[in-house]
Amino acid sequence: MKYEFEYLQYSERAILIRNSSEIDENLLQELIFFKNMIEIKYNKVIVEVINSYNSLLIYYISTIENFYSAVLELKSLYLDIKTKKTIRNKCWEIPVCYDVALVPEIEVFAAHKSMTISDVISLHTAPLYTVYFLGFLPGFMYLGGLDDRLITPRKTAPSLHVKKGSVAIGGNQTGVYPYDSPGGWHVIGRSPISFFDVHNAACCFVSPNDKIKFISIKEKKYNDISVLVSNNLYTVKPSFV
Amino acid sequence: MSPMVTLLTSGLYTTIQDEGRFGFSKYGVPKSGAMDQRSFLLANLLVGNDKKCALIEWALLPPILQFNEPTLISISGAICTPYINDKIKKMNTQLAIHKNDILKIKNIKNGVYGYIAIKNGFDTDIRLGSSSFYKGITDQYVLKKNNRIKYKSSHKYIHTNSSVLETGFWINSHTINCYKGPEFDQLGLKEREDLFSQIFTISDVRNRMAIQLTEQIPNELASMLTAPVLPGTVQLTPSGKLIILMRDCQTTGGYPRVLQLSEESINIIAQKREGEKIKFKLQAYAFD
Repeated sequence: MKYEFEYLQYSERAILIRNSSEIDENLLQELIFFKNMIEIKYNKVIVEVINSYNSLLIYYISTIENFYSAVLELKSLYLDIKTKKTIRNKCWEIPVCYDVALVPEIEVFAAHKSMTISDVISLHTAPLYTVYFLGFLPGFMYLGGLDDRLITPRKTAPSLHVKKGSVAIGGNQTGVYPYDSPGGWHVIGRSPISFFDVHNAACCFVSPNDKIKFISIKEKKYNDISVLVSNNLYTVKPSFV
Repeated sequence: MSPMVTLLTSGLYTTIQDEGRFGFSKYGVPKSGAMDQRSFLLANLLVGNDKKCALIEWALLPPILQFNEPTLISISGAICTPYINDKIKKMNTQLAIHKNDILKIKNIKNGVYGYIAIKNGFDTDIRLGSSSFYKGITDQYVLKKNNRIKYKSSHKYIHTNSSVLETGFWINSHTINCYKGPEFDQLGLKEREDLFSQIFTISDVRNRMAIQLTEQIPNELASMLTAPVLPGTVQLTPSGKLIILMRDCQTTGGYPRVLQLSEESINIIAQKREGEKIKFKLQAYAFD
């Protein structure tokens, strides 16, 4: 499928390519193909390309001299894309502890939704989530695929201290806080996994278009994995789906 | 002992900055880098550095520094008077430093961010290709009293008395040139008129992430999906606030992006204090 894109100059050094659709997994695939082609063809003149739900931002090393010819080239590059539908996605299994002892907030959340805690856990661990992009904090994933029954508006006043590893729900989104941070989402679990490693050039193991599966673990296992993570002995390995 | 500078006092929001951290936005890492890139570049050029060298940035209140080995330094950015061992010196010129010299910066007349460059740059940890401080990326995110920073000693460099004539147009300019942002076309005529006829005031919400303006633009722009943003992006919130994103801004945002500042204007607005006035001026890209 080919999408209609609008090409805009975003700054002296950036071009924005966007489509007007809402969140759409096929569009994400197409954006990622397009992004990869741009990165290969223009790697000498661009810093990087980032994607969001429905757009790509190409950030150039220097000032764009001729926007119109740059756009003509990008358009013809897009027409050359032969979408291979058989792409296999990386799937990362992320252990999450939903125990009340570790994350008392899940009790509040369940009560608010008139559910049992185990309902919340099974609804949250069932989907295969799609990583759309990273943003907000280094290593913070924008995930699609939250079960409608878990959708909950953000808190009206954000919490000042959300702990690193907190797994939370905000609106129709869910994600993991990679750092201690203020945040307006409802915390329901905590993962011992580190999503961002500043000492590694490939600082985050997750990329847009990967899949995430949350696996419920007990507090004991959470503590065991935390020790391994802090000693750099724990690696998350993907499967392919 | 290796050459070190000691912060005898910390100053306000004193950090190490360079050009910025590029190529990591895809992981959600801010670009960071000196707030006023023009003054940053000037300070480095004055001591013969290339533009990648890391320097000290301070905000409104400068630190007091002591150097334990000879070197060359330069001061640029916010308008101020440097003193070496209590002897008056000039900014925007090459300054020779001798063993145990103390640098004080006084009389901050205008502007916000000041820069202290040193021959060959300050030597702090490089994280993801940059020394620019940022919480969670560098071990330290603000310099404190008694901190010591390494530099390469410069015995063999010759003091050339290089200087530049600064007319101050930078600091004194109140015109902020900008381009249409991706959501500009959703603005009605009234909002566009307000945006370009009003005079705006820098509010007390201003830091390395963003500068908020006091005057508001009531609007009914549609909400949007989270999308990429850059330093210099002007967001308009549903409540009418205008937020100008600066060097430490997040990589994505969910508010309509109505304007994009020119690279030059990002440097100009970085130097505006709370209460100062600005005016937006719409311009087209060069090829239009």
